[in-house]
Amino acid sequence: MTEPILSVRDLRVEYETTSGPAQAVSGVSFDLYPGEFLAVVGESGCGKSTMLFSIAQLLAYPASTVGGSVLFEGQDLSTLDAESLRQIRWRDISVVMQSAMNALNPTLSIGAQLADTCRAHTDWDDRKIAERSAEVLHMVSIDPTHLSSYPFQLSGGMRQRAMIAMALLLEPKLIIMDEPTSALDVVAQRSLMRQVEDLRRQLGFAVLFVTHDMSVVSHFSDRLAVMYAGQIMELGVTREVFDHPRHPYARGLMDAFPSLVGELGELTGIPGNPPNLVNPPVGCLFAPRCAHATEECRTERPELVETGGHLVRCHLVRKGVLA
Amino acid sequence: MSNEVLRVEHLSKHFRVGGFRSKGLLYATDDVSFSVHEGEIVALVGESGSGKSTIARVLAGLYPATAGTITFEGKVLGKRMTREVRGQMPMVFQDPFGSINPVLRVGHSLMRSLTLHRRDLDKVARETEAVALVERVGLQPGAEVLRRYPHELSGGQRQRLGFAQALASRPRLILADEPVSMLDVSIRIGLLNVMRDLRDREGVSLLYITHDLASARYVADRMIVLYAGRIVEEGLTHEVIASPQHPYTKLLMATAPDPRLPLPADTDVADLGEPPKVINPGPGCRFAPRCPVAMPQCHTTTPTPVSLSPTQRAACFAVKEPS
Repeated sequence: MTEPILSVRDLRVEYETTSGPAQAVSGVSFDLYPGEFLAVVGESGCGKSTMLFSIAQLLAYPASTVGGSVLFEGQDLSTLDAESLRQIRWRDISVVMQSAMNALNPTLSIGAQLADTCRAHTDWDDRKIAERSAEVLHMVSIDPTHLSSYPFQLSGGMRQRAMIAMALLLEPKLIIMDEPTSALDVVAQRSLMRQVEDLRRQLGFAVLFVTHDMSVVSHFSDRLAVMYAGQIMELGVTREVFDHPRHPYARGLMDAFPSLVGELGELTGIPGNPPNLVNPPVGCLFAPRCAHATEECRTERPELVETGGHLVRCHLVRKGVLA
Repeated sequence: MSNEVLRVEHLSKHFRVGGFRSKGLLYATDDVSFSVHEGEIVALVGESGSGKSTIARVLAGLYPATAGTITFEGKVLGKRMTREVRGQMPMVFQDPFGSINPVLRVGHSLMRSLTLHRRDLDKVARETEAVALVERVGLQPGAEVLRRYPHELSGGQRQRLGFAQALASRPRLILADEPVSMLDVSIRIGLLNVMRDLRDREGVSLLYITHDLASARYVADRMIVLYAGRIVEEGLTHEVIASPQHPYTKLLMATAPDPRLPLPADTDVADLGEPPKVINPGPGCRFAPRCPVAMPQCHTTTPTPVSLSPTQRAACFAVKEPS
């Protein structure tokens, strides 16, 4: 077995609030292998973006990482100083942010922004920078003439692809993506996902992809983690999690969106709201909304354990009460 | 066929764009005709820039129409909206966080609608009615909800409140502009069920504006697909979903993410286009530049709708009327 490229252990992040610390991420652990596509899905407020920011060491007050480790190729990122992190960023790990509309500088041309990144992290001369910039734009199907275009001259989909081109500049081993498709229309969404997938096959980087819309990743990710209230509730091979979700929350999510095919039955969604993370329930975080919750669920926090090929955090699934 | 509540004929809305002296006209909505019957949910489906929200806003009286007539309950609407018409055709907005006054209690906003539109009720009756309204959209217990402030409600609850407010004036038709697109997946379906309930129990018609085909399939009786300001295809929802005829509808269907379906073949990978901004357009089909089956005449002549069944029509030269 190959070594994981990214190994997250018991990661804990808290937000300082007036009513006390909110446990946004409470004990997330997973491994990401070279070239793998891991998708993390969850609803707003489940801590998925916070987790990414913590992994990328980008958290700012009032959030702070209060525990756990993030090993990138064996090196704990949380212990590195600013200069060592700078060495790793873009070269080894790059981040594609949620809204390309705001992530690009509106007053600089695309080419100037790509060149900025190169100058900050390499000693390339102008010719090499121009060549590489044209090359990465070509990779994401943008004509290199757009190097002299400004962000407002590009459509939303093109801007998002330009962001991905920037992430590819220095051939990183890991690209972290925070909802890169959420501002796009369905058609643009699909073509962006295809492109990410093709590039990953070609270049072999690993992808950690966060989204609230699991249907976006259903055909592209290798493994899927379902997050709820700051914890991973289920983690497994994407297809299996989709076809046979085990955790009651994951099941609820799968049943919550209508399909274009099959029976048009009444769907129900998941009643209730996510818990308050300042005063989380003592037991399972999903218990207050769970139709199957027992006394044990309400008093004891379940662990993420392997059951039938997936990792599932549920007392009832572990005991075989729920298939 | 039941009574027509709304009939829109040759509706156009053009916006002046590009500075003071510019002659640029953006054809946001161009020659659109359709009708909505009693107790029917009609979905207007399209990507951003298709003109779907413009139609709703013109209907709500937020913009004056450039051309065309709107007939509501048998009466042609003039330039000025009367309070009566506004009350009978209220709008529910996309953003549940921006559309409710944050400094007033929930009850205040709702009572205001009742005071304006329900002159027949005295104060006590209005209060009883307010409680009944919020309970009708699934907010329990009503009296308690009315005393809260908007920030105490979740996104889904706020959007339910939006529907309660629309119901206050005993509407015939509710204009719902992407009412669920900002909500989490597990909450969305609850709102869609509210819309179905309103149709089935109260006989209210809805114009459901969305980019999501699957949710349109779940709630809508009929479906109208828009592209760049024009109707490209319309029909009963099951007809359009089962056999889309217009190449654009086919593209939308192929790219709609659906984990229950296998990934369609690579037909869509080449399509990186987006709906154009239609400024001072000439004749011709607006989808032609992206269309895989475009013929020379598509670029020079505007296609007229072809009837495929008594209810389904598509505006495309490649579509042949069944003999």
